[in-house]
Amino acid sequence: MKPLSQLQIDFMGRRNLAFVISAVLLVISIGAIIFQQLNLGLDFTGGTLVEVRYGTAPSLDAIRQLLETSGFQDVSVQTFGASTEVLIRLQQAFDPDVGGEVVSLLRADGASVDLVRAEFVGAQVGEQLRDQSGLGLMVALGVVMLYVAFRFQYKFALGALLALLHDVIIVVGIFALFQLDFNLTVLAAILAVIGYSLNDTIVVYDRIREAIRTSRIDDMPQIFNEAINATLSRTLATSGTTILVLLALLLLGGDMIQNFAIALLIGVLVGTFSSIYISGALLLPLKLSREDLIPTKKEVDEEEEELP
Amino acid sequence: MLNRYPLWKYLLILVILVVGLIYSLPNLFPAHPAIQISDAQGNALDERQINRVEEALAENGIAIRAMEHEGGQWLIRLQNDDDQLNARDVATDVLGNEATVALNLAEATPSWLQALSASPMTLGLDLRGGVHFLLEVDMDAALTQRLEVNASAMRELLRSERIRYRNTTVEERSLSIDFASSEDRDTARRLINRDFPDFEYSNEGDGRAASLVMTLTDQTINEIQDYAVNQNLTTLRNRVDELGVAEPMVQRQGPNQIVVELPGIQDTVAAKRIVGATANLEFRLEARNDTPDLETERFSFRNDPSRSADLMRDVIITGDSVSSASHSFDENGRPQVNINLDGTGGTLMNRATRTNIGRNMAVLFIEHKSEDRVEVDPETGAETIVRDPYVERGLISLATIQSALGNSFRITGLDSPTEAAELALLLRSGSLAAPIYFVQERTIGPSLGAENIERGLLSVQIGLLLVVIFMLVRYKVFGIFANIALALNLTLLIAIMSMLGATLTLPGIAGIVLTLGMAVDANVLIFERIREELRNGLSIQQAIYAGYERAFTSIVDANITTLLVAVILFSIGTGPVKGFAVTLSIGILTSMFTALLVTRAMVNLTYGRKPVKKLWI
Repeated sequence: MKPLSQLQIDFMGRRNLAFVISAVLLVISIGAIIFQQLNLGLDFTGGTLVEVRYGTAPSLDAIRQLLETSGFQDVSVQTFGASTEVLIRLQQAFDPDVGGEVVSLLRADGASVDLVRAEFVGAQVGEQLRDQSGLGLMVALGVVMLYVAFRFQYKFALGALLALLHDVIIVVGIFALFQLDFNLTVLAAILAVIGYSLNDTIVVYDRIREAIRTSRIDDMPQIFNEAINATLSRTLATSGTTILVLLALLLLGGDMIQNFAIALLIGVLVGTFSSIYISGALLLPLKLSREDLIPTKKEVDEEEEELP
Repeated sequence: MLNRYPLWKYLLILVILVVGLIYSLPNLFPAHPAIQISDAQGNALDERQINRVEEALAENGIAIRAMEHEGGQWLIRLQNDDDQLNARDVATDVLGNEATVALNLAEATPSWLQALSASPMTLGLDLRGGVHFLLEVDMDAALTQRLEVNASAMRELLRSERIRYRNTTVEERSLSIDFASSEDRDTARRLINRDFPDFEYSNEGDGRAASLVMTLTDQTINEIQDYAVNQNLTTLRNRVDELGVAEPMVQRQGPNQIVVELPGIQDTVAAKRIVGATANLEFRLEARNDTPDLETERFSFRNDPSRSADLMRDVIITGDSVSSASHSFDENGRPQVNINLDGTGGTLMNRATRTNIGRNMAVLFIEHKSEDRVEVDPETGAETIVRDPYVERGLISLATIQSALGNSFRITGLDSPTEAAELALLLRSGSLAAPIYFVQERTIGPSLGAENIERGLLSVQIGLLLVVIFMLVRYKVFGIFANIALALNLTLLIAIMSMLGATLTLPGIAGIVLTLGMAVDANVLIFERIREELRNGLSIQQAIYAGYERAFTSIVDANITTLLVAVILFSIGTGPVKGFAVTLSIGILTSMFTALLVTRAMVNLTYGRKPVKKLWI
């Protein structure tokens, strides 16, 4: 691995290419969010979901017809994980015991059917959760930005915020593009992505700050390159281990956390890219200069002396 | 000298790790599925009853792991979950009405660990199977109910003081009474004001149109709503206890919601009927022929809607005054409910019946229900589901008062023994102070729970293995340090979660897996920094020192921000997402401890006291 740590890649020289890649990804994501829209899960839309397990693989059409003739409306039937497991979604809300009803209907023709899970979410709760989640995301971004502004400087905070928005939009965009089920656990994953990506960004920023203070040159792109190269092997090592465990989770964790793992996996990949390229490179158009860091210098020095 | 810790620091780290190890141990002993048998009346159980159960279980081929008894209750530990459900059915068949049989999970923690009050993590519903309900308390109904009660009391007060009033109206937050003259209104206002201080009073109209409007103060509204939710919590707890569920959870969430979790319950229909039932009773006198229409209301019979009767508006007592209730059969084999009233209820009942012998008394069955209809917005075409609550009241019996009634009596006229049993249960556990609605429901089958645990554990193991290999290959000896720290991190994480009594959910396991991946980050930062300082020409001891020192701010900053996000996640999340946030936050803290202090201690012990020629990093 040694060569990696001694490589001096000219990241900043190619920042325009990185911006173009990001811009394309962002346009696709925003387009997908606007035109395809998110495939919101039950948590957010409200409705009823019943998962059943058959002894032998059933015909989905037959199930759909059976349910529709029994008076259920807007029935969606799909397999979930295995061909014997069937996920049934009903928009019909507030019908008590719908899980039991569906199972007894399906059992009526002699098939062996077991209820795996049934979920029912009231429309108002879904709506409430949607608002709450949006608010949560905003608060998370806001608080984090304040912390960065306090510990670093507002230009860093702005850079970090834009990098995080970039990550969040791309993860959400991919979920919209491929119409993956966006539920509460995926939202949790996105918040974790914010945490993770920020972690990366701060490590890079910390190094940039240090490099600006110790370096004798004034060529910012050059300083940034040194800082990013110095943290590169760490960034890749951490992303590497995280991606390894996420792959384990994705492949072995089961269907219920598949989308959670997908969201985190995309988030970690995009987050790694953005903390190398976007968050650092964004500081250039924001015209970060050595003077920006001088007033805080004294305070930070004092803090370092207090360390054990 | 560089890279040496004072002795106390090593000892402190050691103590923390040993405590962590001890408190994480109980998780290695999974709880046994068990059934719990207790006497229906709370008496000690007969040895013979238990022997009968034991024999029946043996006949059905259900193996018993162990039997214990404590305080009149018996706990039968079984081998697996399938046996548990069968065993309950067998035991219920054998004992019938004599005893209550409930599913339970019996702790298998060795007694020396129990003595240290160490216990395993509780598993969430998604890992155990069971039902999760989210209920919403109807706050508006709580207010109108309170206003109705007040209106009834005011009418009685006015009648006893011989003040003439014409009409009482209950609106959303206010109550108004019409009078025949301004003088009557003023006297009434003085009287009512004395007894009902919770209102803001205002006069409207004069002379023949005089009326008194009483509006609830904001403070009172808050109190009423708070009371309604708390009262409902108590009632729901009582009901859930009657269901016989092991470790149920009934918890308030936000201002007007209640979460009920019943692990292990499979019959959601029955659970829902009991938990959500809003039935209550009212006892009223039948109206006399000469009673003014204003004071009467007409109701039909529940089992025969074509028959109806006029009742007085005033309620003698409600089901809330019932202190105990049981169901049985009358001489003709019809189901009946035997009721005992509390002191106040008994006095009220006695006073009302004593002076009205020969009149009819009605028992009114009240149920709050709701109906959904889809409303289409004419402009946007968007469909919203609107919930219309309504109250269903029906007579269940109308009987002549033969003599003054006291504290105990019985009611008949119920449709079936099941209805009698459920009515008795509801009266025992108390009625709900305000109607509740189901807004969310999740049922997780036991097979899915077991599968989730299995897969979760597997992904933790594989994930851990991959990280361990990665760190070994990349950092050699320091990789070993990091891996030991990682194992200790996992131990501490589990220990803290067990100590806090946190619930482990599927996203919680995902949180652990993610923490493992990210936990090595701090060590990676430090090790990379040491390598770099070595390249910059520092001596080995200086490089180790500088590596830990310079990486510190990065690590703290990066982790604090992630912690902030986790806290926000916790505050907006519900159920499973909260579990994820909890594991993530604890994981961040423990990984900082192990990565900064524990690996440092190991490095110091290995390299700190002697000259080192080469660092395997």
